[in-house]
Amino acid sequence: MDLALAMLVCTTGGIVGGLIGVGGGIVFIPAMTVLLSKGQVEAQSTSLLMIALVAIVGAWRQRSYGNVNFKDAFLIAALSPVGVLIGVVTANQIPERALRIGFAMVALYMAYRLLKRVFAPNHPDPRVPEIAGPLDPDGRS
Amino acid sequence: MDRRRIWSLALIGTAAGAFSGLFGVGGGTVIVPMLILLFAYGERLATGTSLAAIVAIAFLAAALQGGFYGNVDIDLGLILAIPAMVGIVVGTAIQQRIPEKAVSLIFAVLLIGVAFEMVLG
Repeated sequence: MDLALAMLVCTTGGIVGGLIGVGGGIVFIPAMTVLLSKGQVEAQSTSLLMIALVAIVGAWRQRSYGNVNFKDAFLIAALSPVGVLIGVVTANQIPERALRIGFAMVALYMAYRLLKRVFAPNHPDPRVPEIAGPLDPDGRS
Repeated sequence: MDRRRIWSLALIGTAAGAFSGLFGVGGGTVIVPMLILLFAYGERLATGTSLAAIVAIAFLAAALQGGFYGNVDIDLGLILAIPAMVGIVVGTAIQQRIPEKAVSLIFAVLLIGVAFEMVLG
């Protein structure tokens, strides 16, 4: 029963991942720790495997919609191991509380910038006319 | 590709990796807003490109955790990944039918939630 519920929660995680382009770990990890009594480390590690599989499917679907820049994705992925190393070393040098507050501030700043963009009058949204439907030959929708 | 663009992408990759190493969060939380804010990517292109980058990052991290530390429960991961993969097909399909600014709005709410969780959790 708990496994069925965890599968349902992970389906939701996948939907959220598809909507906003994240792997879904934010949802997968608590599904395993809370519903299946997994330890935090095992849940985080297993979540990474799930994220990789889910991201393959997500990237494949987004590619079919024409929404992937593979060159940029490759460069981001290629440089990330350097960051992982920096992150692991930093985590052992700076108190965790300071790191969490620092990340929270960065997250709030990015949220502010995104919200500013959302409410800007000239937000680029090139596909909206497609959804509204093509014009007929006389120019009426 | 000009040098400034390469350095900016390097910054995104390094930041995504660093946050993964620090907090165990997925790189997407960092990659998507940075692509939108630094490169003026549209939301759909940012999310698709983020997912493609995450594939390599997560596989590497999972291989390290599984290979060196034996922390990955492969059977459970596969069982839970199947419904999640169905979910992401649905999620990407929905994303094509909503305004791009709705994606930014959902992401901003997620970031605010993550910020509170970081401080209070």
